[in-house]
Amino acid sequence: MDLQATIYLAVGASFALYIAIAIWARAGSTSEFYVAGGGVGPRINGMATAADWMSAASFISMAGLISNMGYGGGLFLMGWTGGYVLLALLLAPYLRKFGKFTVPQFIGDRYYSKTASTVAVVCLLTASLTYVIGQMTGVGVAFSRFLGVSNETGIYVGMGIVFVYAVLGGMKGITYTQVAQYVVLIFAYTVPAIFISMHLTGNPIPQLGLGSDLVAGDMSLLQKLDSVVVDLGFGQYTTTTDGSTLNMFVYTLSLMIGTAGLPHVIMRFFTVPTVAAARSSAGWALVFIAILYTTAPAVAAMAKLNLHTTVNTAVATSGDLYAVESSIKAEARPEWMNRWEKTGLLKFEDKNGDGRIQYYNDKTENPEVIAKAEAAGWKGNELTVNPDIIVLANPEIALLPNWVIALVAAGGLAAALSTAAGLLLAISSAISHDLVKGVFNPKISEKNELMAGKVAMAFSILVAGYLGLNPPGFAAGTVALAFGIAASSLFPAIMMGIFSKKMNKEGAIAGMLAGLLITLFYVFAHKGLFFIKGTEYLDLIGGPNPFFGITPEAFGAVGALFNFIVAFVVDKFTKEPPEHIQHLVESVRTPRGSKAVDGSHAH
Amino acid sequence: MDKSGGAYWKATLGLLTKILIVWFMVSFGAGILFADWLNNIHLGGYPVGFWFAQQGSIYVFVALIFIYAKKMGEIDRKFDVHEE
Repeated sequence: MDLQATIYLAVGASFALYIAIAIWARAGSTSEFYVAGGGVGPRINGMATAADWMSAASFISMAGLISNMGYGGGLFLMGWTGGYVLLALLLAPYLRKFGKFTVPQFIGDRYYSKTASTVAVVCLLTASLTYVIGQMTGVGVAFSRFLGVSNETGIYVGMGIVFVYAVLGGMKGITYTQVAQYVVLIFAYTVPAIFISMHLTGNPIPQLGLGSDLVAGDMSLLQKLDSVVVDLGFGQYTTTTDGSTLNMFVYTLSLMIGTAGLPHVIMRFFTVPTVAAARSSAGWALVFIAILYTTAPAVAAMAKLNLHTTVNTAVATSGDLYAVESSIKAEARPEWMNRWEKTGLLKFEDKNGDGRIQYYNDKTENPEVIAKAEAAGWKGNELTVNPDIIVLANPEIALLPNWVIALVAAGGLAAALSTAAGLLLAISSAISHDLVKGVFNPKISEKNELMAGKVAMAFSILVAGYLGLNPPGFAAGTVALAFGIAASSLFPAIMMGIFSKKMNKEGAIAGMLAGLLITLFYVFAHKGLFFIKGTEYLDLIGGPNPFFGITPEAFGAVGALFNFIVAFVVDKFTKEPPEHIQHLVESVRTPRGSKAVDGSHAH
Repeated sequence: MDKSGGAYWKATLGLLTKILIVWFMVSFGAGILFADWLNNIHLGGYPVGFWFAQQGSIYVFVALIFIYAKKMGEIDRKFDVHEE
């Protein structure tokens, strides 16, 4: 069977599975719609959380980013996993004990204020909507790359599939499809990695392969990679970082806090039956996430080495990388390079007109490299590689069979769809439960609220689809913004609600607004007001990264710090929360008496 | 033994502190602040600082959550606030 037919088969089979699950897991009550009935076991919930969490970005882009960044890419790995420790220790079990459907509802009840819950809804909607844009564009990209259809068709098909299982099944349908999607995506990610690790190091486990010796030659893989990239003027793979150590530190912390504060992740822990299950479920979620996250750095390093080996024959022989015949002839380049050049993700430009491909860092400041390149007649780097290729083209670079390539296509779609569904549920439940029921129409019947939830879900899918089709120019910057908002507004407010009995509504609201505004102010200064080009105001704040060299992507933790400080100062000067709220906090802290999650707003 | 809510909360915070210290040490400590220094030591083909940043801290995070879940269960039972 040819490649295209195999891909259609793999993707079609996975979609049929998701729809079958959707029909089986229809939601008949608000409890099923918002929290899957509250009876999901910790392992199943962990697996669904892993799929919910691992997005198109984790699946497609992360390994490529690490491949480019080297050691410094570890900030994504540590940041996006370390957040689960915070989530397990500081938030999940207590929110489960609180026992309500949504995150804004906790904030509204704990701070005895509709204003507080509305601020939380605004933060949630901004964070989730910006995040979902990336997923929809990811769906479009995966479709167009692999199925040869246009971006638009891809997004329409994706919307249709999500519509079927999210509107019919709510959290119940989403949970069980996410389990299936996890299985698809983890196979798709690890199978090519196993092949490649086996091929390069003889060790089938990529996590061990990355630390092993190469089959060819007597060097370890990382030593070899270090020596090749340094010789070609790139930073040493195992030590290089983009920014300062301080920036890496703060960036990692921001991703951790942001991860713990993202509502679509938190609300997955409302589906487990007990507080104890919420604790262990976070552990299971991280186990399932770790399988991909510990494989990613192996994929990153191995694909990088493979790429250099492909374009420079001296890499394999440990010969002179700058010898004329070492760079491969352009006309002899492998078929996959031609294929990916058509997508624009790979570009070759013969700058010195010798008909060969020279791939090195022409911006290096290493005088030795500059001298060697000059002596060899190299006139600049001739190959531009988009980081996304590292995962998407990985099976082709390693010359793996067609079914592996088809699996990667189905896996990329599973990753994007599962995250999109989780985000859409967070958005629609904030609208139907926190706004419609909580603010506008508290007397709404259960049946009508369920209907409102489904309508809100359908509406959210249309909005997400529209944004995916017409991505605002800022799509790339938005995920960082989602983490910044979650870190600077939601995480501190929830944490103080549990760990401080005396925190009052004035403090919490002021803190959330302060954290949110300072983060937006800093991000917009670099990226433009609401990401509109030309409205950057860097001069006003004294040039790029004025706050101790911290980049806007890394700013969430600083925003969180502002949130805490402002909240405690305002709290000092306003009156303490009423007695019954302090009792509420005490009851949230102890597991006994946990009951099924419900949606009543009474307290 | 003091079985009040205050004592239970104190025991909880004690456990959280210990776990967060380890959480900090492996990621921000070994993975970032002391990575250069740890890179002088090798674990197979891995420089140790690099290993912590891209592999080790993740394994430790997983272990920490399960240890936390187990120890919290013990504290719950000790103070008689566990779920039935």
